[in-house]
Amino acid sequence: MSREASVLFDVPGPKARRRNLIIGVVGSLGLAAFLVFVIVRFNDTGQFESAKWDPFQYSGVQQFIFDGLKATLKAFALAAVFSILLGAFLAAGRLSDHRIVRWASTTFVTFFRAMPLLVLIFMLYLVPGSQGWWKWDPMWPLVVGLTIYNGTVQAENIRAGILAVPKGQSEAAYALGMRKTQVMTMILVPQGIRTMLPTIISQIVVTLKDTSLGFLITYPELLAAAKLIGGYQDYNMPFIPVTIIVGTIYVAMCMILSAFATWLERRLRTSRKGKPPAVVPPTQAELSRDNVAIV
Amino acid sequence: MLEVIQDNWDLLRHGFVGTLKLTVVCGIVSLLLGTLIAACRVSPVPPLRWFGTAYVNLFRNTPLTLIFFAVALGFPKLRFNLSYFEFAVIALSTYTAAFICEAIRSGINTVPIGQAEAARSLGMSFTQSLSQIVLPQAGRAAVPPIGSLLIAMVRNSAIASAFNVTELMGTSAEMVENGYKSLWVLLWIAVGYLIITLSMSAALAALEKKLAVVR
Amino acid sequence: MKMRSSVAVAGIAVLALFGTACGKDGSPEAKTPAGSTGGSQGAPGAPGGAAPELPTYTPKTGVALTGSKTFDAAKSRGKLVVGAKEDQPFLGSKDPATGKVSGFDIEIAKMIAADLGFGPDKIEFKAIASTNRENALVNGDIDYYVGTYSITDKRKQQVSFAGPYYIAGQSLLVRKNETAITGKDTIKGKTVCSAKGSTPLQNLQTNFPDTTTRVFDTYSLCVESLLSNQVDAVSTDDAILKGYAAKDPKALKVVGEPFTVENYGVGLNKDDSVFRNAVSDALDAHEKSGDWKKAYDATLGLSGSAAPAIPALVRY
Repeated sequence: MSREASVLFDVPGPKARRRNLIIGVVGSLGLAAFLVFVIVRFNDTGQFESAKWDPFQYSGVQQFIFDGLKATLKAFALAAVFSILLGAFLAAGRLSDHRIVRWASTTFVTFFRAMPLLVLIFMLYLVPGSQGWWKWDPMWPLVVGLTIYNGTVQAENIRAGILAVPKGQSEAAYALGMRKTQVMTMILVPQGIRTMLPTIISQIVVTLKDTSLGFLITYPELLAAAKLIGGYQDYNMPFIPVTIIVGTIYVAMCMILSAFATWLERRLRTSRKGKPPAVVPPTQAELSRDNVAIV
Repeated sequence: MLEVIQDNWDLLRHGFVGTLKLTVVCGIVSLLLGTLIAACRVSPVPPLRWFGTAYVNLFRNTPLTLIFFAVALGFPKLRFNLSYFEFAVIALSTYTAAFICEAIRSGINTVPIGQAEAARSLGMSFTQSLSQIVLPQAGRAAVPPIGSLLIAMVRNSAIASAFNVTELMGTSAEMVENGYKSLWVLLWIAVGYLIITLSMSAALAALEKKLAVVR
Repeated sequence: MKMRSSVAVAGIAVLALFGTACGKDGSPEAKTPAGSTGGSQGAPGAPGGAAPELPTYTPKTGVALTGSKTFDAAKSRGKLVVGAKEDQPFLGSKDPATGKVSGFDIEIAKMIAADLGFGPDKIEFKAIASTNRENALVNGDIDYYVGTYSITDKRKQQVSFAGPYYIAGQSLLVRKNETAITGKDTIKGKTVCSAKGSTPLQNLQTNFPDTTTRVFDTYSLCVESLLSNQVDAVSTDDAILKGYAAKDPKALKVVGEPFTVENYGVGLNKDDSVFRNAVSDALDAHEKSGDWKKAYDATLGLSGSAAPAIPALVRY
């Protein structure tokens, strides 16, 4: 980007280059100073003492973190799959010819997208029991909450994908004698999902991140394990070490998924063998504001 | 159903105001921080650009709950003894800023280079081109995503309830412990959030209409 | 030097999570003997230097409680489901390395279970979010709840209680070498820590205006700040404080008389009075047999604080 022309700045001359160098050095020094400060403070408060890191050498503690990770991944896998299914369903509903279906899907999406996920998860955790409706393990309120919320976002993504499918595709399908449902399920939704795959995966990253809300409803996932270990007195309460370890795991998992999304996006954009892809995915800016992959 | 509101009016109002306060403060802080990081990300100075990219990648790939956790537990260790409201502002703003930065950057990316070139050929100075041609267009493109990010931030602010901040979601624990049905308690809390988020959506839609240009 | 090796350990730990377990077997050494294993290290307050051992319970056979829904459900399930805390040392605490819970509250739960005919291996301990405790009891997710659960009139509208089995009260935890703080009248001008949103915190803030309060998310953070000299005392129910002191009796002690009253009870379903009577009977029997005292000595008693009087059961 630096060598290319930018709308924001001219190609730097000698004076500007000198100025940039100074800003660069000062900025780097500032950041380095901040990092050093954090590390020194941690060191002063004994966060790097071996006693605080010792517990993590034991297989029992590692297993405990690993079990938390497994619980996180389990909830994530279920929620990711269900949310895409729900998303496809809602997207089809929003594009339905029946006004009632359209209206119901739109209301569902609007309502659950406007409400905090945490409120939804607590509803699912507390209400069925307190109303005497049914009982379930804390994993399900988390999975269902994540499914509903992310499903509404995925619905918008998939809808945008369906709308980006050229009209000729559905016209051709109709000409072949397919029915409306067939056109939707066999032609439009699959292509819509494929087109929007990068955005869908970005939202899956959000799903993964939000599994961490599970510790608030006693689901024993990764963050819950971290909290328990961090407060354990026999281990000298290693809050900072455990946060560093668990944080690394979360960030690594999310970054791998994000990188996959970016790679996929690039692949879908640049067609191979000079043949353009069937459907060009809309760029972020072309998408409506509803489609920005966010929390 | 209605008695939840009648009996707990003060508590709910308190929580509602708390969420509004959190929204306004975090909104301002994250917009400022996001702009600053976006400036880093598109700047001609490589180290700043690296910092911007690293910041965005790190914070976009970290669960907000973990950031809250790290701030609430880590800052006391750094001997920054701030209030929980301030912790929440730090956690929520640093997280949201990463997304706002990206929204601003993609807004800038929508301005074709030809626009700046045309401005130059019309004899405009660099400052003129930036302030009259580039930034207005970029801003217009960035408003919708920033708006939805701020709405998302309101929803995310509910996580602060788990970290000792007086806000709407946090009032639920007290009411449920006092024996009110969780169904109605949480529904009313949801209504409180819907009031904030839906009115923000409406304001955003109006703003977008105002900014829309016929091309 | 210190830093470099710990960074290496961190790296290893992270790697170990993804690879095959390459860590040391077993679990890190506990600061105080873990009761049931009856360690050989001497603990303060234990005469003769031998660590007090936890009581053992023989499950009764042929127990039948006619008309108790809770009991029937547990019987057909084959085990009891008991709600408990898992983050309070020596009250209800889960060992991350073994996944086992232990503590005074857990012992109370085991005593009751034994008299209902369930051995320790027939109890499933379940963590319950505090907003969901009453809920869980009302709809039978758990058979009973033992976890620093205070008997209050408000809660009695939804659930019932057996007990009290322990009378706790707000007290102060200080460093072992502390001499200035001896009780609630000596905390003027001091910095006292408590956990967010708790009754003890509100009490501090309203009744002790000359004391600086510091609020943290959990009591363990308070205790860590106390150990690193950032606060002068930690204040909450004495039972909770004793638990922390018992884990680290060389560094911590509980001082002063409790200055509030909290009656800890066993939370129960409101409609099951047969079950409540059975639980009360069980508490009564084990309090009289000396199991209560033994359980105290092997858990909270390791703090060096003597056992309080066993409260009289309130039956209703």
